[in-house]
Amino acid sequence: MYRFIRTLAFLAAVCTLVAAGAEAGTMDDVKKKGFVRCGVSQGVPGFSNPDAQGNWTGIDVDICRGVAVALFNDPTKVKYLPLSAKERFTALQSGEVDVLSRNTTWTLVRDTALGLNFTGVTYYDGQGFMVTKKLNVKSAKQLNGASVCVSIGTTTELNLADYFRANNMSYKPVTFEKADEVIAAYDAGRCDVFTTDRSGLAAQRLKLKNPDGHVVLPEIISKEPLGPVVRHGDDQWFDLVKWVLYAMLEAEEYGVNSENVDQMKATSKDPVVKRILGVEGDMGKNLGVDNAWAHNIIKKIGNYGEIYERNVGPRTPLKLERGMNALWNKGGLQYPMPIR
Amino acid sequence: MPEPAPPGKPPAWQDPRVRALVFQALAIAAALGVVAFIFTNTMANLRRQGIASGFDFFGTTAGFGVSMSLIEYAEHHTYFRAFLVGLLNTMLVSAIGIVLATFLGFTLGIMRLSRNWLVAKLAAAYVEIVRNLPLLLQIFVWYFGILRQLPGPRQSVSVLDAVFLNNRGLFSPEPVLKPGFTAIPIAVAVALVAVFALARWARQRREQTGQHFHTFYVSLAILVGVPFAAAAATGFPLRWQYPELQGFNFVGGMELIPELVALVLALSTYTAAFIGEIVRAGILGVSRGQLEAAQAVGLTRGQTLRLVIVPQALRIIVPPLTSQYLNLTKNSSLAAAIAYPDLVLIFAGTVLMQTGQAIEVILVTMAVYLTFSLLISLFMNWYNRRIALVER
Repeated sequence: MYRFIRTLAFLAAVCTLVAAGAEAGTMDDVKKKGFVRCGVSQGVPGFSNPDAQGNWTGIDVDICRGVAVALFNDPTKVKYLPLSAKERFTALQSGEVDVLSRNTTWTLVRDTALGLNFTGVTYYDGQGFMVTKKLNVKSAKQLNGASVCVSIGTTTELNLADYFRANNMSYKPVTFEKADEVIAAYDAGRCDVFTTDRSGLAAQRLKLKNPDGHVVLPEIISKEPLGPVVRHGDDQWFDLVKWVLYAMLEAEEYGVNSENVDQMKATSKDPVVKRILGVEGDMGKNLGVDNAWAHNIIKKIGNYGEIYERNVGPRTPLKLERGMNALWNKGGLQYPMPIR
Repeated sequence: MPEPAPPGKPPAWQDPRVRALVFQALAIAAALGVVAFIFTNTMANLRRQGIASGFDFFGTTAGFGVSMSLIEYAEHHTYFRAFLVGLLNTMLVSAIGIVLATFLGFTLGIMRLSRNWLVAKLAAAYVEIVRNLPLLLQIFVWYFGILRQLPGPRQSVSVLDAVFLNNRGLFSPEPVLKPGFTAIPIAVAVALVAVFALARWARQRREQTGQHFHTFYVSLAILVGVPFAAAAATGFPLRWQYPELQGFNFVGGMELIPELVALVLALSTYTAAFIGEIVRAGILGVSRGQLEAAQAVGLTRGQTLRLVIVPQALRIIVPPLTSQYLNLTKNSSLAAAIAYPDLVLIFAGTVLMQTGQAIEVILVTMAVYLTFSLLISLFMNWYNRRIALVER
């Protein structure tokens, strides 16, 4: 009998703990455990990919490192969890990761029914098609009847269906869970076409046996705004992740980079720069972090332009022009909200 | 030490029967309470995080394509239709797998008992190798190792320019029915009825007169002859549609995608190794006295096997065979690893992802596999009762 009562008491205690654990804010949790849990891809060069030393690199990774710098002034205070397209949202919803930064497209359903919030757009993208040069296909309109390799559970899978439906063409989807399996199936000739975001095409192409034997078709069939995601209903954490990206963009707009940041902090007379770098105002405090947060991010990771050039720019193997991802005053779409 | 019972009726809390009932009730209440707590806690958490719940998504447009479907399916159909597509694909692969595994398994079991040294050792080697390697690896070997290596559509291996094999699948001519075809299924039904009647008559005659009748050859003649006569009478109302290379791939004709082939091969060869051992155990489980008795009354080898050994062996074989059928059905969910569009890939994969309703989708998926397994169990238990030893 005592054992029974003890068991009941234990169960009750466990249940209350479960209920209480879910209430605490992510920011406090992260500060307590001392690192950011960041959900990334299973390897998309330029976005999130382990390098030869096993360190994660890429635009998406730099967002997570930025969050870690804002909180701890240390870009290594991140633990990465590689997630397939299928696993990513469950991992975020269940609290396995604090932020999902994994070339994920911002859509209405994800923003609402999945209980998530997109904090911004790290990369404006669109979906494209890749085929082997041997097929001599010049346009996506010639793809009627093709087999198409695609990742399961992505917006890509739906856009593909929409595009063929709208153009009254048929196709055979061959779907895999892991991005590597998709590209391997395409490379082995299981499909005629490989489709994903254009940045993804540029990145995955590097994994093909003969990257030059393939061609990306000119059509862009969708809008793919890729950005970091957090759980819905935790505004403090949402704000922090959002403003980490804005700080990187704002720094580029005002000419602050990792090399001149200390000098700018000491000498700049521009009140905007002073606010970004924490010389004036309480910007960091409002976010719940140190006032030098943006200064630290720019010094340790760089501004958006530096991050772009380092990971996916024209001088990297991906060779992606800035295009839509240029700042708003340079003909692009990247428009940071003012830090004031 | 219990105190001596006071005179008269003991108070309720000292009555062991009452106490036992109370504890039982408490235990049930606690169990129900835990379930209710988990349910309300989950619902509350889902609501707080703003995650959608419920089964309304079944009625909305799916919007994604599927590579293989037994029913008509297009992107504008609902999630429920997509669910059915996955369900049927799972049933298809399980059904083909069970049939193939049973044939191969019985063959292996009998081969292992063969007096021919080579045949017995070959079967033994097969069983020991195949059943001791993980199934997922075997699926990968079939899919990536063998079927992936086939040539592309333009370099297809062709048999008589009618059947084509390439890395997109196996393409074969498809029968197209013409008017008047209904005569043939009717002829098949008539032939079946005739065969059953013949078997019944032959048995009665044997029981009454002891004379043997060659049912097998006559049945075969009826089964082939009657439908053929019907087809000839209606002018062979069947046309074959041949697959043709058009654009990217073959169109027209029947198509078997490599994912299905790899999965069926892996599941049936793997399960057959287990079934082989079960069959061998079943046959060895029939006591030697039965064999000797059968020989003593003058039955031939074939008759001994058919009338004495197999009916008794089946009693031992059927219960573990049921488990193997259940295993095969559940193992078919490994399809998701090689892009075969089964329930797990389509429903617990794409639908789960696109709706984000993981809990509902996984619950439904589990319910489906549970139902499949229970149905197979029910059927096999019924069959087992039918063949069980009837004590006289």
